[in-house]
Amino acid sequence: MDILTKSHFELLGLPERFGIDTAELQQAYRRLQGAVHPDRFAAAGATERRIAMQLATRANEAYRTLLEPGRRAAYLCELHGVLLQAETNTAMSRAFLMQQMAWREALEDARIGRDAEALAGLARLLCDHRDRLLAEIASAIDREHDYTRAADAVRRWMFVDKFGAEVAAAEDGLAA
Amino acid sequence: MALLQISEPGMSPEPHQRRLAVGIDLGTTNSLVAAVRSGVAEALPDELGRPLLPSVVRYRDDGGIEVGHVAWECASEDPRNTIVSVKRYMGRGLADATRHPSPYTFVDAPGMVRIRTDRGERSPVEVSAEILRVLRARAEASLGGELVGAVITVPAYFDDAQRQATKDAARLAGLEVLRLLNEPTAAAIAYGLDHGSEGIFAVYDLGGGTFDISVLRLTQGVFEVIATGGDTALGGDDFDRRLGEHFVTEGGLGVLAPDDLRRVLKAARLAKESLSDHPEAQIEARIAGRGLVSVRVTAAQFHAMTRDLLDRTLDTVRRTLRDAGLAASQIEGVVMVGGATRMPQLREAVGTVFGRPPLIDLDPDKVVALGAAVQANLLAGNRGADGDDWLLLDVIPLSLGIETMGGLVEKIIPRNATIPVARAQEFTTYKDGQTAMALHVVQGERELVADCRSLARFELRGIPPMAAGAGRIRVTFQVDADGLLSVTAREQSQGIEASIAVKPSYGLSDDEIARMLQESFGTAEIDMKARALREQQVDADRLLQATQVALEADGDLLDAAARETIAAAMRELRAVSQGEETRAIEARITDLARETETFAALRMDRAVRQALSGRRLDEIG
Repeated sequence: MDILTKSHFELLGLPERFGIDTAELQQAYRRLQGAVHPDRFAAAGATERRIAMQLATRANEAYRTLLEPGRRAAYLCELHGVLLQAETNTAMSRAFLMQQMAWREALEDARIGRDAEALAGLARLLCDHRDRLLAEIASAIDREHDYTRAADAVRRWMFVDKFGAEVAAAEDGLAA
Repeated sequence: MALLQISEPGMSPEPHQRRLAVGIDLGTTNSLVAAVRSGVAEALPDELGRPLLPSVVRYRDDGGIEVGHVAWECASEDPRNTIVSVKRYMGRGLADATRHPSPYTFVDAPGMVRIRTDRGERSPVEVSAEILRVLRARAEASLGGELVGAVITVPAYFDDAQRQATKDAARLAGLEVLRLLNEPTAAAIAYGLDHGSEGIFAVYDLGGGTFDISVLRLTQGVFEVIATGGDTALGGDDFDRRLGEHFVTEGGLGVLAPDDLRRVLKAARLAKESLSDHPEAQIEARIAGRGLVSVRVTAAQFHAMTRDLLDRTLDTVRRTLRDAGLAASQIEGVVMVGGATRMPQLREAVGTVFGRPPLIDLDPDKVVALGAAVQANLLAGNRGADGDDWLLLDVIPLSLGIETMGGLVEKIIPRNATIPVARAQEFTTYKDGQTAMALHVVQGERELVADCRSLARFELRGIPPMAAGAGRIRVTFQVDADGLLSVTAREQSQGIEASIAVKPSYGLSDDEIARMLQESFGTAEIDMKARALREQQVDADRLLQATQVALEADGDLLDAAARETIAAAMRELRAVSQGEETRAIEARITDLARETETFAALRMDRAVRQALSGRRLDEIG
């Protein structure tokens, strides 16, 4: 019953699954903050103010975690006992490693050649890849309940996401 | 009190007893107090009908203190003892304070500079408290009663030290701070509620000494700050300064004495205001040994000499839009705040960046205070009709982190995270048998500690000796709804807990506050004691009343034993609450608060479930 130990999904009153409706999440978040935000207790005693701050903090954390697909997937894996250990567990399939190297080379070439078109192409490629990984994660979690497989896909998704940011930064660099 | 508000968030706790709360814009140049009366927010004027109070404090030879217009008139005659633009020094060290020429003598002090006057050294917190005291007295006189609290605005880009200093100043002035509210957010509240707007808005706020830009989304009564940026060392004053430099060069003057400098800056400000409507202006000031010096300046010259200041604000605007992940064309309106935004070249430049003319229909000097008043009214629990309810979700302006090896910063809470927010990070011991770990908390966006603002240093002791790397220390940062940070650290590998709560070093200690309060009363200790007793009595009444109402509304959440425990604690508090024993009352209040803790959590849980079931709480009743 302790409200502070509820899962993010329970706290927001949402079904525990990867596929969620963002608008619904937003609605639930706003309703929750509407009930617990410290502004509702600004003139209250110390106890209520403290509980309100803790709950509003939890609400923000829950919203942030569930809004972003990578974090949401990682969180679901953790709930089911599969830790991502993104920093230490970098083991990835040989094919994916080869893929990474090819992308890195493409980024370097485009950067050196100041080739905006190549960068845009790479960005599109990454975007497609990210979409495919999301579909894989959704299927692993919501249909097969295979969290080990999901965690593996999430680690790849995180790499692609981070690399995508590097490509975007390179595009900004060319534009400047 | 809260227990009541949980059950009926849509209603005022006591319809006939309106709780008096005000919004205060504690500005660099001018300050204002505003309140909601008969459903309308309005600035409260002084007895001469002037709403603006110049943020100027003069410490007179005879020990008297002047604040506002009178002090401002003496700024040139008594520059060293007349503190102008004190906001620039709030929470600042000596290096920051002396970056610009000013007539003051600064004294280095731990955490924050002091200003040396002929009447002694003054902390910027004390000076600000004088301004707040005047506004508080003005509000209590015109509203006819004691204030339950105030919402005080701060630049969105204020760091932790500057916010803490502002809160300390309010405490010193005897004001209960309901919330520190970011100035652009306050302006957005004033505009949003006035116009019933929906969509994404930007607020461009150029005050006397600070610049802020905030991007907000307004949807169905929720104000969500998406990103904020700014510069706490750039404001309208800098435009005056450029005109002052022009005057010195053209007039063939050397380094100015403090009183000359003050006169020149005053003349420069008048010239700046005049240039908003005229193609040229004269800067005229009396200079010691030279008599009246007059220098002509054209609008074109003025624009050229300040173009870089304007560009700095526009760069920040672009950076903040990028943080928000938005293009300028997606912004549906740009609100202009701060007297400095009256400069036509500035309005034009902002209009060009956003591709639409900015919104200027609310008085840029008053809009922040008006928004703060509306928010104060809400926070005090004076919610009336249905549409009169909204929620504000604000962000932290600057990243918070901790120093790691090699003087690098490890970010723990990133900027623009919605507050309140908490994040934890684990660190390991790096030496065999290490029993202590030093932690250095910093704020800022740069990679190097040296480039960030140092907030606090503390040491976690009592770590059991272990091999290097085996000791794990979990450091938790919590930022509250005022944007203020507290840090706890805990060694957890061996289940032995050592934890410490940090009050950053620049805040005033409770002892210091007590001493300053004492000085400001200038009376015997007995007044302090009487005041402390009265405060405890009021607190006791509030808590008893709120608990009673909570029991009536949600008593069914408790079993008979729990009900009796609370009832007993209430009886004990009631028995001492009207007596003279301050400490006894305080102790019984603490007891009752502790006994109702679980109850409060249960009620909160019920409130959450009701909120998520999609029904309004007041419909469930």
